[in-house]
Amino acid sequence: MIAITVNGREVQVAPGTSVAAALLMAGEPSRLSVRGAPRAPLCGMGICMECRATVNGVLHQRTCQLLCAAGMEVVTG
Amino acid sequence: MSARVDVLVVGAGPGGMAAATVAAEAGRRVCLVDGGTAPGGQIWRGYSTPSASRSPHGREFVRWSERLQRSGCAVWQGWQVVDHPAEGVLRVERDGECRDVGYERLILATGARERFLPFPGWTLPGVMGAGGVQALMKAGLEARGRRVVVAGSGPLLLAVAAGLHDAGATVAGIYEQAAAGRLARFALRMLRHPGKLAEGAGYRLKTRKAAYRTGAWVVRAEGKDRVERVTVTDGRREWQVECDWLACGFHLVPNLELPLLLGCSVAGGYVAVDALQQSSVANVACVGELTGIGGLEKALAEGQIAGWAAAGREAQARAMTAEAGRGRRFGAELEAAFALREELRTLADAETVVCRCEDVPYGALAGKVGWREAKLHTRCGMGACQGRVCGAVTEFLFGWDAKSGRPPIYPALMSTMAEGAEETKAAAQRR
Ligand SMILES: Cc1cc2nc3c(=O)[nH]c(=O)nc-3n(C[C@H](O)[C@H](O)[C@H](O)COP(=O)(O)OP(=O)(O)OC[C@H]3O[C@@H](n4cnc5c(N)ncnc54)[C@H](O)[C@@H]3O)c2cc1C
Ligand code: FES
Repeated sequence: MIAITVNGREVQVAPGTSVAAALLMAGEPSRLSVRGAPRAPLCGMGICMECRATVNGVLHQRTCQLLCAAGMEVVTG
Repeated sequence: MSARVDVLVVGAGPGGMAAATVAAEAGRRVCLVDGGTAPGGQIWRGYSTPSASRSPHGREFVRWSERLQRSGCAVWQGWQVVDHPAEGVLRVERDGECRDVGYERLILATGARERFLPFPGWTLPGVMGAGGVQALMKAGLEARGRRVVVAGSGPLLLAVAAGLHDAGATVAGIYEQAAAGRLARFALRMLRHPGKLAEGAGYRLKTRKAAYRTGAWVVRAEGKDRVERVTVTDGRREWQVECDWLACGFHLVPNLELPLLLGCSVAGGYVAVDALQQSSVANVACVGELTGIGGLEKALAEGQIAGWAAAGREAQARAMTAEAGRGRRFGAELEAAFALREELRTLADAETVVCRCEDVPYGALAGKVGWREAKLHTRCGMGACQGRVCGAVTEFLFGWDAKSGRPPIYPALMSTMAEGAEETKAAAQRR
């Protein structure tokens, strides 16, 4: 298993898990819409941009196109 | 220029893999670029793993990927094509690094995406695409113990429901908007494609405990912070189904951004090509879902045709055209069987978000004359997805032509667009 943190909380996932899948399993929405509504992954294939979150300090990463790596820090909202 | 090849292929789904393999085997210098994490495209997503590669589809993937490796083709995985900066050149980007690739012949195989349609509650967390759930499960999403409604339209629904069942989820119902009569006619025609019929029947057998309703669709999703229940209708009555996830997609639409950027003519929603997959632009061929949604066999046949043609082997290319034709006819039958019903145009109410990136509601768009005016006045389609989701929505709801091929076709770094390959490379070296 690989440990990452989501908003500071530790989450364990199997190797090969995308960050978007990890967020869904952790029950965390990925971003807030321009009017402040929670959003979560929709397309799973890199086109809708709903899965964007901050990963290791880099803003607006498409988390469905990014695999979890040990120690990764993901911040949503 | 970072590289120069005879044949550049974009997209490593079955269409692009077949095209690149065949052209390289014929002795051409070939480069295959793909923006995903592994080759395979949509249908072969996640097939690089040992367990998946043992399924029948998986074995076919392994055959093609081994052939591709042996062919001598250079495979650039994780590189997204973002621009066409000059004649005979494409610009690609990965993790902030950018390269320009020059080519004599270009083969585009950028595939398709799901069509989504708006209804109240479709932006709630837990509402995902049908293919979206499939893709996320292949990327580690665990479905065990979840209650999932599968809805929308297309042959993908049964495959997704079967996948959910295998993963230990409870399929709380499958709702296909197409009417039973159309589907029965489609099934009869499928007698000529026994393999496909058997595949569909196998999926249904797995999910036999779940209700499968044709002529039924989701009108609303509700829940506090995420979807908790959906309302379904058959046009006469409505009923509610509790669920943790809604997997909902309405068949597929082609990824036309790159062909449009290159100037390829589009007719009837797809790139127009001749028998050798040649588009209206002299050295650009298009294959697979770009020329009509038709699935695996069509993509493989068209890919080989384009690959042979790019290598100057016209006889071999012509030998595959009958098979491609069969694939195209299957695609046309799919499109007729799963045509979208009128009622789906009326699901959104004035507050329902249509453009998810910019939160533009239906009420702000109704009455606008077209896509351009809507973009200018409401920012619809101006957000991060560049209209990839709401463009197809407004085409269906309002009949607008929302297809676009303006650079960058994917969100790219400013430096990539402004300076280009040589400069970013130099900057990277300075760092
Ligand atoms: C979500 C989804 C799920 C599907 N599931 C199934 C299924 O279970 N069974 C089935 O029979 N069919 C399925 N299909 C249908 C599928 O489209 C075809 O079966 C087949 O994969 C089409 O092959 P293709 O080569 O045309 O394109 P695809 O397989 O779609 O491959 C296109 C490739 O191009 C790449 N690409 C696109 N744009 C760029 C760019 N700008 N730069 C770099 N790379 C780019 C993509 O990353 C992708 O890898 C699915 C389709 C979708 C959209
Ligand atoms: S889930 Fe759509 S882009 Fe990631």
